[in-house]
Amino acid sequence: MDQSRRAFLAGGTRLLVLSVPAAAAWDYVARGEASAAPDYQAASHWWAFTVDIDRCIGCGKCVRACKAENDVPAEPHTFRTWIERYAVDPLDPEHPRVESPNGGADGFADVAGSADVKTFFVPKLCNHCVDSPCVQVCPVGATFDSPDGVVLVDQQRCLGCRYCVQACPYGCRYIDPRTHTVDKCTLCYHRIARGLTTACCEVCPTAARVLGDLKDPKDPIHAFLRENRVLVLKPNLATGSKNYYKGLDGAVR
Amino acid sequence: MSHMGRRFSGHRHLIRMAILFGIGTGSFLVARAAFMPEGFGLYGHYRPGALDENRSRPTRYAGQRACLECHADVGETRAAGAHAGVSCESCHGPLARHAADAPESKATIPGPRAVCLDCHTANRSKPRTFPQVVVEEHAPEGDCTACHRAHQPKVS
Repeated sequence: MDQSRRAFLAGGTRLLVLSVPAAAAWDYVARGEASAAPDYQAASHWWAFTVDIDRCIGCGKCVRACKAENDVPAEPHTFRTWIERYAVDPLDPEHPRVESPNGGADGFADVAGSADVKTFFVPKLCNHCVDSPCVQVCPVGATFDSPDGVVLVDQQRCLGCRYCVQACPYGCRYIDPRTHTVDKCTLCYHRIARGLTTACCEVCPTAARVLGDLKDPKDPIHAFLRENRVLVLKPNLATGSKNYYKGLDGAVR
Repeated sequence: MSHMGRRFSGHRHLIRMAILFGIGTGSFLVARAAFMPEGFGLYGHYRPGALDENRSRPTRYAGQRACLECHADVGETRAAGAHAGVSCESCHGPLARHAADAPESKATIPGPRAVCLDCHTANRSKPRTFPQVVVEEHAPEGDCTACHRAHQPKVS
């Protein structure tokens, strides 16, 4: 009698302890909703982005393609990617002149001023930081890091509180005037999950912008990072940016 | 001594506490079930369905591979010239619909001049090695394609 009760209790405890992870595992299995990219394995990718400043010609194709691909409002203050043009006067290097007319979507007029002014283009987009300030401040978990290293927005969860807009040190977020929720570069998540590159990389005529997968040993990004001296924007903020710039000037903020 | 004993002998205050605690826990669980979306926290501090929503948007640009499936000949012509690294949709624009149902949806043929100037207009901010022309001197008007073939631009 005593023996059987003990056995019953032990068995019951074991069942109880095992049922917790089993229930959790079942949750994963049961959540098999139809996916647009059923073969995409997020855990086997880690996306990063490279920009070669020495190749960017400021044509604005990336900005226009991004707006077309992602249905970004035409307003001149909503951009997922944009191009800045820097003009650094050697007599006043601390105060570079930075312009981005319509985000660079229509290209740039030639720069005025002395021939000694150093001038170049800097394409910008979300840096898909590993330790993103925007993810940390979101009060409802609407901005999050995907398992493959992309910072995404849950449009259903977003309250439009704008904390993340203020938190992003790179100015990569905007409030969509139609939905009043935040939006940003998704690294064309709908494209990369289907095995395509981002729209901006697709149209870049000089391959100044290239998407890379750090978990793919055959990806050319490894050679790019190994053979070039690269920098991220605002490294002092320790955001863990994954946009690597080659040829970035010290004047760039 | 006797009144002290009576004060601590009853269990009613414990039961009252338990009921209060139960109500608190219950309302927390009900509120949590009502406000937390399904699966929240499964992979991280977010709703897992958002991953699929972000993935399932339609594409506008078909991508290089889709173009070359039908237009391999143009791809070969281009590969032999200076525009080898320029993708089709860089000049032709977004063509996902064309790739999905050609020939009903026609591809766009860019104009013979404006699309060239997008890249090749001289600008001091461009890298010096990039081929660029002062348009007013090089060709103030007319079609660029009169001399340069778009897919193999070098004049031969």
